Amino acid sequence: MAQASAATVHAHEHGSHEHKELHGVLKYLWSTDHKVIAMQYLFTGMFMAMVGGFLAYVFRMQLAFPGKSVPLFGYVSPGRYNALITAHGSIMIFWVAMPVLIAAFGNFLIPLMIGADDMVFPRLNRLSYQVFLLSVIVILSSLFVKGGGFGGAWTAYPPLSANAKYNLTPLGSSMWLMAVALEFVAFLLGGINFITTLMNARAPGMKAYDIPMLPWMVVLASIMFMLSVGPLIAGAIMLFFDQNLGTGFYDPARGGDPILWQHLFWFFGHPEVYVVLLPAVGIVLEVIATFARKKLFGYKTLLYTAAATAVLSFFVWAHHQFIAGIDPRMANIFTVTTLIISIPIAEMCFVIIATLYGGNIRLSTPMLWALAFMGEFLIGGVTGIFLGASGADIYLHETYFVLAHFHYTFFPIAIIGTFAGFTYWFPKMFGKMLNDTLGKIHFWGTIIPFNFIFIPLFILGLEGQQRRIYDFQNFPELQHLQPIRILATISLVVMLLFQFVFFFNVIRTWIKGPKAPKNPWHSNTLEWTVESPPPHGNWPPDQMPKVYRGPYEYNHPDREDDYWPQNIPPEREPTPSPAR
Amino acid sequence: MLHGLIPEASSFAGNIDWLIFLVLVLVGFWFIVAEGVFFWLIFRFRSRPGHKGQYLTGHEKHVERWIKIPHALVLICDVIIIIGAVHVWYIVKMHLPPADYTVRVTGQQWDWVFQQPGADGKLDTKDDIYTTDSLHVEVNKTYHFLLESRDVIHDFSVPVFRLKQDAVPGRTITGWFRPTETGTFDIQCAKLCGIGHGVMVGSMVVETPAQHAAWVAKNTPTSAQ
Amino acid sequence: MQTPIATTRSATGIPTGRLAIWWVVASEIVIFGGLLLSYVMHRIGHPEWAIAQAHTHTFVGAFNTFVLLTASFTAVKGHEAAEKGDGKKAAKFLYLTMGGACLFILVKSLEWTSEILEGYTIQANGFWAFYYTAAGLHALHVIAGAIVIFFVARDAAKGRNLQRVEYVGIYWHFVDIIWIFLFPLLYIAK
Ligand code: HEA
Ligand code: HEA
Ligand code: CUA
Ligand SMILES: [Cu+2]
Repeated sequence: MAQASAATVHAHEHGSHEHKELHGVLKYLWSTDHKVIAMQYLFTGMFMAMVGGFLAYVFRMQLAFPGKSVPLFGYVSPGRYNALITAHGSIMIFWVAMPVLIAAFGNFLIPLMIGADDMVFPRLNRLSYQVFLLSVIVILSSLFVKGGGFGGAWTAYPPLSANAKYNLTPLGSSMWLMAVALEFVAFLLGGINFITTLMNARAPGMKAYDIPMLPWMVVLASIMFMLSVGPLIAGAIMLFFDQNLGTGFYDPARGGDPILWQHLFWFFGHPEVYVVLLPAVGIVLEVIATFARKKLFGYKTLLYTAAATAVLSFFVWAHHQFIAGIDPRMANIFTVTTLIISIPIAEMCFVIIATLYGGNIRLSTPMLWALAFMGEFLIGGVTGIFLGASGADIYLHETYFVLAHFHYTFFPIAIIGTFAGFTYWFPKMFGKMLNDTLGKIHFWGTIIPFNFIFIPLFILGLEGQQRRIYDFQNFPELQHLQPIRILATISLVVMLLFQFVFFFNVIRTWIKGPKAPKNPWHSNTLEWTVESPPPHGNWPPDQMPKVYRGPYEYNHPDREDDYWPQNIPPEREPTPSPAR
Repeated sequence: MLHGLIPEASSFAGNIDWLIFLVLVLVGFWFIVAEGVFFWLIFRFRSRPGHKGQYLTGHEKHVERWIKIPHALVLICDVIIIIGAVHVWYIVKMHLPPADYTVRVTGQQWDWVFQQPGADGKLDTKDDIYTTDSLHVEVNKTYHFLLESRDVIHDFSVPVFRLKQDAVPGRTITGWFRPTETGTFDIQCAKLCGIGHGVMVGSMVVETPAQHAAWVAKNTPTSAQ
Repeated sequence: MQTPIATTRSATGIPTGRLAIWWVVASEIVIFGGLLLSYVMHRIGHPEWAIAQAHTHTFVGAFNTFVLLTASFTAVKGHEAAEKGDGKKAAKFLYLTMGGACLFILVKSLEWTSEILEGYTIQANGFWAFYYTAAGLHALHVIAGAIVIFFVARDAAKGRNLQRVEYVGIYWHFVDIIWIFLFPLLYIAK
């Protein structure tokens, strides 16, 4: 079954089903196995990453060479430019970061890491993916309908988004909204599953502090998502009615208020950035502990900082609205909360860095990605402080400085973090070992151009260049910056070309890579005790694992090996171990 | 700090640049320390034959302080930044110095309409001057602006002034600026407002008192006199 | 599909189904919370909406409140019966709850029809927009509840999945409580 599903996964990826009869494809689509669903999310997310990357390529070409026809696309009109960036932003967040980091890794790893044979509600899980797939179809087709795709930015501020008179995309804007709403439903269904699974389905012996970081982080993220998205769902219903039923919720002329949407959106939008941050941190922690051969520096500290971040994130949303015409006194409150949230995150970063202390660090490909996450995320984090300081945000708001800030957070999360997880768990997912040399070429070929894309954007932002402009030739003060824009675009093209190394590596490995052992990295957590790839049901029903210790017991003084898997019974009476 | 990149042409531009510089120093310090320690640790504890990792939980007193102390210091930095930010915010957005002139700025898809007092120096009288896409102001005079929008949200942004404010339909938002340098500068619309957002440019013409008086005299509608 | 081992575990000691239903309720509370908070803020900002609000049929709303509360009561009775293992009786009570839901929807549709005929459509003004959106979203939950309760009752009558009687009960109480907030806000607070 596992082999068969891997084969269909592959067939799915390349859209060539010739060697699989319909029966197999159907079985694959209707599977309730958490691993198959994880693969569905993973490959859908990967496909959407390619779409999102392609869109970035198209509009960056337009910015570097305005008015020229873009190879593989054509001319970019102002309307199309707006549709492109809107789709890029929405897709990268809702259809790449969320499905890959939360749904794919969460689905694959939560049952495996807590020693369960599946999610507690497998059919709910399948439904979640099916709704998600529907949302993918809606968002992609919205780009091709009459009038074109929605071009009101991923934040969709009304009245622009509420009225076809203003946005000129009657169909595109409603479809965008519907796609986002469907995606929310999919993740609510998935989230309930993750939370209850972690709460109830843990292996015997696994206490709260024996759970590895990744399941914790995914579940914390799911809770945050669930508690923040509600008001936006209500807001989306109102926006939908404004678009299609002629109500005036966001129309000041009819007793509505456009700023209401901004509150509802950012009350969700800010927690959302930590919703994707936490799972990425979870991945990075697993990888760093394994390859540094170190116990995490303060397991509980990490949990508490993550929880503190989650709680505080509900109180910072209006830092996106400093300039929006809200009461200026409110800005002061949100400056304070925004700066305070830097404390748990700083502590989280310090703990990750301190974990390296006293380690025995092996720089394999997954480890390189995980370390790069840390190094790059710091840039994104500290630049957030400039924006959080309300006085400075007066100037920086809506400039490329903001853009560079959040690409320095999102790219490490959604791309670097994903690659860290993908290369780390690839042996478990597909039963083959990736080539390390190709992996490193791909790593450097991605990281170096990444910095050359976005460091220049900080400079553009400081010079006053603003976002969402299809052509800067109209702004006398910004014209001389063209060489910087071209540098960023060229770096992007280089980065995209290096992705072929990645795909080559994956396909080559899939065809003729060496077979992966059960536990190639000598790691402690339970997913490394099943076959690679894990069979249906993960463990034989009579050999479900039991847990005897925490997940990060590397280089334990009582033990010869430098690792101590969670499921190995203590050899002798346990010595009273030092405080965890 | 930014004047190497873009001129400082209003009375509060210097405050904002100073704040950005303050943040840069404080977070820059932490950034360099964090990255420095990070790379040093990667190098220092790289895997070597015969080398064994240590078993630390992070709760030992002598190591825990390496988290606790920075934690407290970051808090102090945060407080300093908050004080600076609130200070600058107060100057720009929370208080209104008495106005020499008041102008009305209206955003619409996709241009700026400016209404300013004619020869009598008062807004909303018969001799008001209406212009689109360029606003003529006098250097070293305090201006109040009344910001409105006719359709969607726009944003009145003058980078050289470090001035930015959303124009929200249904509201009139009052703000102020005081130009300190003459010249012609960009006015941008900084909120996505539809397909014409990229061409919603204007110019802010800061003139000497003599030039400005001449401009007002020339443009005050004759019918009103 | 076999039931996975995972579903049978209970590390917290709380049945997984009950946990799940509580999380469903939590996620729904924030949806209605967002909507109601938006409404309240607007309502405070628009004293003139009181005129529109005066046209709501308070008596009809009160009657519907009574219907929902009764249905909640039978849901509790159903749960009691299910606890004792009496599926037949539990099913009977659940069918009553379902009947209450149907009655609620019937009354609601008559009410809306008369209001729309009077010209108070969703486009009429801000109050009516909120009125139809909030009550409509709630009505959708009532309909969904009725459908789910029907299937659970049918199973319960055959003595199957009796634990689900409790779960739909929790959900129904939630739907009820939302109405307890909606009724005064939309009908009474003039
Ligand atoms: C996952 C993504 C992510 C993450 C993690 C963050 C993290 C942070 N963000 Fe960011 N942000 C976005 C994604 C993200 N952001 C997006 C997408 C937007 C734009 C949306 C749009 O308009 O389209 C945005 C916009 C945005 C704004 C609005 C800008 C504007 O539109 O005008 C602000 C303002 O306060 C802000 C602040 C912050 C802060 C303070 C953090 C903090 O969490 C960062 C904390 C981390 C650190 C501080 C680093 C580690 C600490 C140290 C090394 C110690 C030293 C530090 C001090 C002395 C303070 N962000
Ligand atoms: C997760 C979030 C994310 C990511 C990863 C990216 C990635 C990139 N972004 Fe994007 N961007 C946004 C989120 C993101 N962006 C948002 C929210 C906006 C705002 C939209 C708005 O204004 O409304 C935005 C806007 C935005 C703009 C501004 C447009 C404007 O305002 O005019 C620009 C301009 O240069 C840009 C550039 C890029 C580039 C060059 C990349 C490159 O890094 C892309 C490179 C892509 C890849 C390298 C893909 C590689 C991945 C794979 C090959 C698959 C691997 C998958 C698995 C292993 C599962 N982005
Ligand atoms: Cu007006 Cu953008
Ligand atoms: Cu934010």
